[in-house]
Amino acid sequence: MIFPPELEARFDKMLKAYPEGRQRSAVIPMLMYAQDAIGMVTPELVQEVARRCGVTALQVDEVVGYYTMLHRKPFGRHHIQVCTNISCMLRGGEELLAHASKRLGIGNREATADGQFSLEEVECIGACSWAPALIDNYEFHHSVTPEKLDQLIDSLQKKAQ
Amino acid sequence: MTDLVNLNIDGKAVKVPQGMLLIEAAKRAGIEIPQFCYYEGLTLQAACRMCLVEIEKAPKLTEACTTPVAEGMVVHTDSPTVATARKTMLEFLLANHPLDCPVCDKGGECELQDMVFRYGVGESRFTEVKYHVDEKQWSPVVFYDGPRCILCYRCVRVCDEGLGVGALGIINRGVVSEIAPNMGDHLECDECGACIDICPVGALTSGAYRYKTRPWEMEHVGTICTHCSNGCKTTLGVRDGAIVRANNRDRSGINGEFLCVKGRYAFDFVEHEERLRSPLMRKGGELEEVSWAEALATVAKKFAEVKERGGKFGVIGSNHTTNEENYYLHKFVRDGLGGENIDHHRTGDVAGLIDALAGRADALATVGDLYTTKAILVIGSDLAQQHPLLSYQIRANKRHHDAHVYVVTPGPVREDNYSVRSVRGGLEAIGPLADALKAEPGLVVLFGDSVKGDAVRQLVAFGDSLGIPVKYVALVDYSNSRGAADVSQAAGLAYEQILSASDLDVFWVVGANPLKDHALGSQNAFVVVQEMFLTETAKRADVVLPASSAYEKTGTVTNVTGEVQRLKAGPKVMGTKSDLEIFGLIQKEMGLNLGIWKPDNVLDEMRKTTRGRLPVAAPESIRSARDTLFTSGSLGRYSKVLNAVMEGPGLIYGLPVSGKSQ
Amino acid sequence: MRLYNEPNPLEVKILTRRFGITNSHTLDVYLQNDGFQAFQKALGMKPDQIIDEMKASGLRGRGGAGFPAGMKWSFVPRSSPKPKYIVVNADESEPGTCKDRLLMEYDPIQMIEGMMIAGLAIDSHKAYVYVRGEYRYLIDLLDRVIDELYARGWLGKSIHGSGFDFDVYTHTGAGSYECGEETALLDSLEGKRGVPRLKPPFPAVAGAWASPTLLTNVETFSAVPAIIRDGGAAFAALGTPRNGGTRMFCLSGHIERPGVYELPMGFNLLQMINEVGGGVRGGRKLKAVVPGGSSCPVLKADECDIAMDFDALAKAKSMLGSGGVVILDETTCMVKFAMRIMKFYAHESCGWCIPCREGTAWLKKTLIRFHDGHGTSKDIDLIDDIAKNMLGRTFCALGDAAAMPTISIVEKFRDEFEAYLAKSSTTVRVPELTVV
Repeated sequence: MIFPPELEARFDKMLKAYPEGRQRSAVIPMLMYAQDAIGMVTPELVQEVARRCGVTALQVDEVVGYYTMLHRKPFGRHHIQVCTNISCMLRGGEELLAHASKRLGIGNREATADGQFSLEEVECIGACSWAPALIDNYEFHHSVTPEKLDQLIDSLQKKAQ
Repeated sequence: MTDLVNLNIDGKAVKVPQGMLLIEAAKRAGIEIPQFCYYEGLTLQAACRMCLVEIEKAPKLTEACTTPVAEGMVVHTDSPTVATARKTMLEFLLANHPLDCPVCDKGGECELQDMVFRYGVGESRFTEVKYHVDEKQWSPVVFYDGPRCILCYRCVRVCDEGLGVGALGIINRGVVSEIAPNMGDHLECDECGACIDICPVGALTSGAYRYKTRPWEMEHVGTICTHCSNGCKTTLGVRDGAIVRANNRDRSGINGEFLCVKGRYAFDFVEHEERLRSPLMRKGGELEEVSWAEALATVAKKFAEVKERGGKFGVIGSNHTTNEENYYLHKFVRDGLGGENIDHHRTGDVAGLIDALAGRADALATVGDLYTTKAILVIGSDLAQQHPLLSYQIRANKRHHDAHVYVVTPGPVREDNYSVRSVRGGLEAIGPLADALKAEPGLVVLFGDSVKGDAVRQLVAFGDSLGIPVKYVALVDYSNSRGAADVSQAAGLAYEQILSASDLDVFWVVGANPLKDHALGSQNAFVVVQEMFLTETAKRADVVLPASSAYEKTGTVTNVTGEVQRLKAGPKVMGTKSDLEIFGLIQKEMGLNLGIWKPDNVLDEMRKTTRGRLPVAAPESIRSARDTLFTSGSLGRYSKVLNAVMEGPGLIYGLPVSGKSQ
Repeated sequence: MRLYNEPNPLEVKILTRRFGITNSHTLDVYLQNDGFQAFQKALGMKPDQIIDEMKASGLRGRGGAGFPAGMKWSFVPRSSPKPKYIVVNADESEPGTCKDRLLMEYDPIQMIEGMMIAGLAIDSHKAYVYVRGEYRYLIDLLDRVIDELYARGWLGKSIHGSGFDFDVYTHTGAGSYECGEETALLDSLEGKRGVPRLKPPFPAVAGAWASPTLLTNVETFSAVPAIIRDGGAAFAALGTPRNGGTRMFCLSGHIERPGVYELPMGFNLLQMINEVGGGVRGGRKLKAVVPGGSSCPVLKADECDIAMDFDALAKAKSMLGSGGVVILDETTCMVKFAMRIMKFYAHESCGWCIPCREGTAWLKKTLIRFHDGHGTSKDIDLIDDIAKNMLGRTFCALGDAAAMPTISIVEKFRDEFEAYLAKSSTTVRVPELTVV
């Protein structure tokens, strides 16, 4: 597989960041950045990361299944991750998730038919003091209300058109 | 071991070497600490938490499997706290376990059953929905039932550490974690089944054994594997005269619990439908079934007649018949027929080595030496393919004693993964290793068929020049090549000459298939073949005598390192006779008196009469059978398991081997 | 630069002193505000002096376990021929905790300076910042900051002619709470599943790539420059005995002014809630407090008049933990709260050891069933017993982290569980099969 030049440059740098012979260390970061580029962890990506890091495909598979941010199915262009852990739960995180689910018409770890949005109930995202919170891809949104969520989705939909 | 440590376990004073793990110390004191994930020889996990014990002054329960003993340690393995911990740990284990013991292969010999029986609680408080995933088939011989799995990771470790294959891993996380094969939905590996054997529960089951029997319905017969020269002990599970499985869970024998795919599964040739169960005689150009009486009488009459007129016998012996049979055959040819043209296919230069060592018997290495000697040099053999036990021993030596492994082979081999030096080439390439080897405290050299004749003498001279203790193994292929070489005494025609001679009156082949890749020079010879199957050679016979396999025999065989081990008869295949019995009956029919043909009597006689140096074979006649993990001379084709696994004949030095099951 | 929450006059701003300054994360602003003074000072100190200063500061690990930082530094075998590594635990994921984010967002160089001083102390020249995957924007920010530090000679070979080399790399996680456990983090750093390792050997002796490793939380490293600059004793004096300095408290839940506040160690919890946090939201009554992230046993309202330091909370049979203070008002359903906590731990259990893997899953299912109105009278004792059977018997602390809050909730709010059960018989919810 060949990735965009900036990603290739990142991978080159990444492999050099770890001690000689310890290039297995790059497996997780490489999967994360490559997943962002191609949308999901494909079997080809597993093979490619295994090859670049000098490990077996099984060793990469072991990792993919372990970490929740790595996914083998495509998510939406906007992956909405709503936290419902205790701090968010106490301030309406579950209601927010339910609202998002209703508004987008999808359940947990599902994507809309147009591939625009996907939804996930996530564990604590480190936004406890500004709860409830959600992450759109990697962008944090704090003290979110159902109204603010609607506005966010509206604006994202508008941007897509 | 050095310093001893005093500790107290359950009121017993225990004195054990420093550094020993508490769980082992308790075992020495006769105290069982239950365990699943702890497995002697494999890396420590502390995952199953079954071995938690109370150590005085420790703030909480401690796992005995990772805690080294310490002076003055006071340990309780029988306190109420420990008992509760064990009981609740088993309760946790059974939470998602399907408890389908009635249909589980492991029922009756399951470690989880035993543990729950001994330490568990009778009632279950788990009333939630059990997590279920369907069973998966990973290969013709390996099945995985996730819900039964207790995640002790023994299989993962034995494959990675023991076999050096690393075909198993762990996927997912938390309660849905499972073991996974290397190719996603299937396995590509040695198919050795070590993962199945080591599994404490019925999570990994064997395609060959599944649903065949309950464990207590089998008789367990410890014998020696008949497929290669390594001489692994295999314990045959025999029910109603048939083998249903092979393993070696009691770790007796030179191989401990190791077996390769052949030792564990390739016993199925015994029951193959093409197995000869009646003597055959050529009548009107075709081989027809005849009675033993008729066949034996015909052979005896022919032998007597040829002997009488001073005719010429050419005899090819076997590399897998017993020492007693080999000895008796030599005696038969020499004393009974007055012949001297007897030889067998030589797969390595054993005689050349013994000649070069000039009487230094202590310079012959054993399988045990491969585990204890600090340095190992492998020349011209792909051990993982051709000598799986030796390869396993060396890996264990590396793991446990950090042995230095040196490799000199024409192509890449598995040993490269952990060798200190790997050189591509032949014997000429060892020179540059001399300095490194001189610094080693001891060395075992294993060499394949490329080192023979003068080369063996050069190698021994090289070893002598190192100034350290050096031991050798001449690698040979079949289950009793070494034994065949040991009893070989004749000075007549050699193997190739017998096959090429045009003037033989009788061509007698016992347990060999020389005509597979060689034409018979004597077109008019009377051909007698003792075989299990209608091989290329048997097809050419005038009389075929159906022979028992090693699994149906008693007697002894000698492995590649010269260790003599006993065969014990397990199954019975009707219509066949052991080669020894066939010899006995022919000579009786001929009116000779060559002695009793019971294995024990023959062995006694061998002990009294065999001595002297082995005749050196012509180097050009020495060649490896080039068997891989998935071939076994002419026998492999009759094992359905060997032909079912997708790995095929495997690679030697990373290069394909032509033809499946030669 | 906008702050997530308004500062409070009761705060003692040591680590957060640059928060609020425009572009506080940049090198220029950092240098204008005492940046690298501590590092310059440390260059003139012997390694042992640095470690002694750390010991004198009374700084205890801010990740949750509260291990004395100076002692931890002293465990790294400085003379080992192997390379020594520094690893920053920025895998902040203890529910209720959101402070490391701010330290990296507003003052990343402070943390890096702390790492560099540690490098001088233990003879380490390579450092990795393991950041949880969700904090990608912080990884990007750190990468930019690190590039600038290299460009201007504050990282790389012979930093400003000192002869001291130091490299820093970021490393992303990918979603795993367990990777906050130090040895699981190391396995994850090495490209493996985030499963904890056997100890000993401890990371100080054999950590990343089997080399000696100093592995410490973001906040702990961020405190180092102040300690070296102003002296360990000055830092120690801010807190209580054996609990030196200030720490970042993350107030969340039912509180008027949630936010992250830097307060002296030993600060009274009630005062924190009422004066810093503006009291319980809507003037409601306080029911309980999670004092240091969801792993800590909860405190009932009447236990909250307590000094927030490691020792006082340990005495109260809870923990200071990671500084995540979650306030629960009288409307909180403790059954639901216990269930949500257990859903989290079951989701995050790595699966390595039996009691955690099976225990969290079992408790989760039972608590969900109980919460759905299908509880039985046996369940309350069962929940308590399962949790106790996990406690102290799991491979790593995650099992304890799941068991401790559960035990405390069942014990302290048993009457609520019983009342819930009584009510369940009349208002049964639709059952949901919980398979995993």
